[in-house]
Amino acid sequence: MAQRIDVKDLDIYYGDFLAVEGVTMTIEPRSVTAFIGPSGCGKSTFLRTLNRMHEVIPGTRVEGSVEMEGVDLYGPGVDPVAVRRQIGMVFQRPNPFPTMSIEENVLAGVKLVNKRISKSDAADLVESSLRGSNLWEEVKDRLDKPGAGLSGGQQQRLCIARAIAIKPQVLLMDEPCSALDPISTLAIEDLIAELKQDYTIVIVTHNMQQAARVSDRTAFFNIAGTGKPGKLIEMDDTSTMFSSPTEKATEDYISGRFG
Amino acid sequence: MSTTAPPTGKARSRSASGRAGDRGMNRIFRLVSTWSGALILATLAAVAIFLVLEAWPAISLGGEELGEQISWFPEDTSIITFVGPLIFGTLLAAFLALILATPLAVGVALFISHYAPRRLAQALGYLVDLLAAIPSVVYGLWGILAFAPIVYPVWNGIAETLGWFPLFEGPAADPPRVMATVAVVLAVMILPIITAVCREVFLQTPKLHEEAALALGATRWELVKTAVLPFARSGIISGAMLGLGRALGETMAVLMILSPGFLYSFAIFQAGQQQTIAANIAAQQPEAPPLGVSALIATGLALFVITMAVNMAARAVVARRKDFSGAN
Amino acid sequence: MTTTPDLTAEQRTDAVRTALAQADPGRHRKDRVMTVIIYGAFVLAMIPLVSLIWTVLANGLERFDWYFLTVSMRGVFGGMDAGGIYHAIIGTVEITLGATLISVPIGILTAIYLVEYGGGMLAKWVTFFVDVMTGIPSIVAGLFALSLFAFFFGPGIRLGIMGSVALAVLMIPVVVRSTEEMLKLVPNELREASYALGVPKWLTIVKVVLRTSVAGIVTGVMLAIARVIGETAPLLLTVGVIDSINYNLFEGRMMTLPVYVYRQYSQGYVPCNDPSAVCIEDINFQRAWAAALALILIVMILNLLARLISRYFAPKLRG
Repeated sequence: MAQRIDVKDLDIYYGDFLAVEGVTMTIEPRSVTAFIGPSGCGKSTFLRTLNRMHEVIPGTRVEGSVEMEGVDLYGPGVDPVAVRRQIGMVFQRPNPFPTMSIEENVLAGVKLVNKRISKSDAADLVESSLRGSNLWEEVKDRLDKPGAGLSGGQQQRLCIARAIAIKPQVLLMDEPCSALDPISTLAIEDLIAELKQDYTIVIVTHNMQQAARVSDRTAFFNIAGTGKPGKLIEMDDTSTMFSSPTEKATEDYISGRFG
Repeated sequence: MSTTAPPTGKARSRSASGRAGDRGMNRIFRLVSTWSGALILATLAAVAIFLVLEAWPAISLGGEELGEQISWFPEDTSIITFVGPLIFGTLLAAFLALILATPLAVGVALFISHYAPRRLAQALGYLVDLLAAIPSVVYGLWGILAFAPIVYPVWNGIAETLGWFPLFEGPAADPPRVMATVAVVLAVMILPIITAVCREVFLQTPKLHEEAALALGATRWELVKTAVLPFARSGIISGAMLGLGRALGETMAVLMILSPGFLYSFAIFQAGQQQTIAANIAAQQPEAPPLGVSALIATGLALFVITMAVNMAARAVVARRKDFSGAN
Repeated sequence: MTTTPDLTAEQRTDAVRTALAQADPGRHRKDRVMTVIIYGAFVLAMIPLVSLIWTVLANGLERFDWYFLTVSMRGVFGGMDAGGIYHAIIGTVEITLGATLISVPIGILTAIYLVEYGGGMLAKWVTFFVDVMTGIPSIVAGLFALSLFAFFFGPGIRLGIMGSVALAVLMIPVVVRSTEEMLKLVPNELREASYALGVPKWLTIVKVVLRTSVAGIVTGVMLAIARVIGETAPLLLTVGVIDSINYNLFEGRMMTLPVYVYRQYSQGYVPCNDPSAVCIEDINFQRAWAAALALILIVMILNLLARLISRYFAPKLRG
């Protein structure tokens, strides 16, 4: 259950403003792809176009194509709601539903489709999802407590459990550790390494050490100046990117000369 | 305020001007504002005291004397049996209005916050605020001169088909100066108030939670159901309670529309069945003898107690849901 | 899951295409049904509200002219084609002004107490009872003013100022709440900066805190005025009705706009028996509609002004 994504010549607009221009890339299944680049370079915007979450903001549109196993996500007959079920997302700040318990949070996505899920199936799914996100041991005694009562790192892993409970093909992570302390960050990074056995993972990060630690391939985005569109500068195996990048800008960014 | 109290106020800074600087204008200013606060307590105490003082003659006298001295007072009753049907009528009108208005208000608020295009939504929000400010006497005028003349066939139709249900017992009165008409007008009146509160709360739903729902593959309605409504539940309750409070105390619309009666009757399509406390006060007070005014004030006290109880209940409901509330 | 590694490329494509198409028609149907219901709720709610505004405009504009605004009802009887709301406007303006003069100082000072000095037991009680006051029905406020003045001046007394007192009881909690909100928005750094310059606390409150939040406070006060200016019941009890002009708040009955609307309505149709005289059967209703229009206009203008003030004069604190 992991799929390849092919992006071809993708332009992203906010109204008339071209935010990201001409991205072409391939995201391999069962691997971790990291997006790095300075703030405002459009990497998060681009990530959101991969599961059509950017459409939440009125006036956004894209040109070009995003294909999952040859099916254009923006083609006719494709439902954005179905896209988001196949391509899950974890956000910068952990966002468990505050009115729900831990268990209800994990089941939130499943309940949308399958309201009559049996008690035992639900319990199994909660356990497997929470085990999948390395949270089971910590919360198994208080599944009925509010999800908002957990620590930040636990909340983030709860959100990952919620995302994988609906069994997506791809998992997008938008700076999942930037609001967390170093220990929680480490826990999430370990989790990402485990999750890539089953999922295609795309992660946006500001932290280059993190990109180097967790990812197999890295894409560097950059922006020429304010008001200019963001662009994909280069993409390669992570080890190559961090040792001998082709582009000067990549080298400057990775060595900390700007950004 | 005492100096030993811990500084809990949000905007307090005592470092620069603590007790040491509390002289002259500083002292006067502090005392004046403190006394203003105390004055509010005194005002409320005065409200209670004067109402009780003025109501006392009617409360202490037996029903016989009340009946003799007040022409409209039913004979052989005490003040309690007098106010009973009025309380019943007040609650009936207010709850009917609330039942009609709340679901509609939630729908309208959702439309404004999550369904309408943004520009339209802003204009609509403003329109709702304006409608909430329209005086109740205007709603009353509209209710009796514009709405009542056209609604009789509807009431009659319901009474004929569903007359077996106590609430809808016929025959429907024409002109429809009946509880059903009152309830609809009250609902129209409190609709903008409840809508305004709900819209505020819906708009405050954190983007984070909305995105979480969307990323799980929620449709727009599922987004509303998983992220917006649970977050807004206590807000909806306080909005409804605000509307209920307004409906309980509403005088003019009822006074202008309802043909009054003093029965414990659920028949909302028949005339001369119920009356509310507020409308009864306004109707009888101009021509009431002193003892009559006293009796009316006693009913006013009852209304005061009821609205306070509603407010407290609302507060308790909101407070109890706090640990599952949206406050992160 | 839908695919396993040993499927061919076409099979995978097909599987994905199926997964991405509208997977669940039931959910989409429900979503559409709810969308229709919510649009329907909106339309349903707008029908009476639009009808209200339309009826007031259509019926009110007929008599709404300069003459109507500038004469009283003195000497007007039967179906005469005469009479206006001048005396009611005077009454409404004076009584509301009286209520504002009573409630604004108390309200603002109380808010200052709660935000700048509060924290003790008294503050807790004041907060609680301001909440209680918010829920006082307007007719009970009227009864209070009635009892208060009847206690000192005997029963049957009717004065403009009684109406002001009743309205003030309704206004105070609104003013306290809105002012409190505004004062809380003033950042603490501003206060501390002022103290650091050696400015005493009271002057800091007046010159810094109030100056920063004045637009918001004015907006709150105007919205409070807009709320009480349409109150009918308490004025009906305490101020009564009269047909001629009375400028004196402290002597005798006064007419007010909302009470005027009610009064004209309750006088009902006029029997026209004498064909020689000018007689309009529904003259009272016509006047009621026109006065209702005037009332709505006043409330709307107050609301608009309040909005403009808060938009153009508010300091940028939230950014």
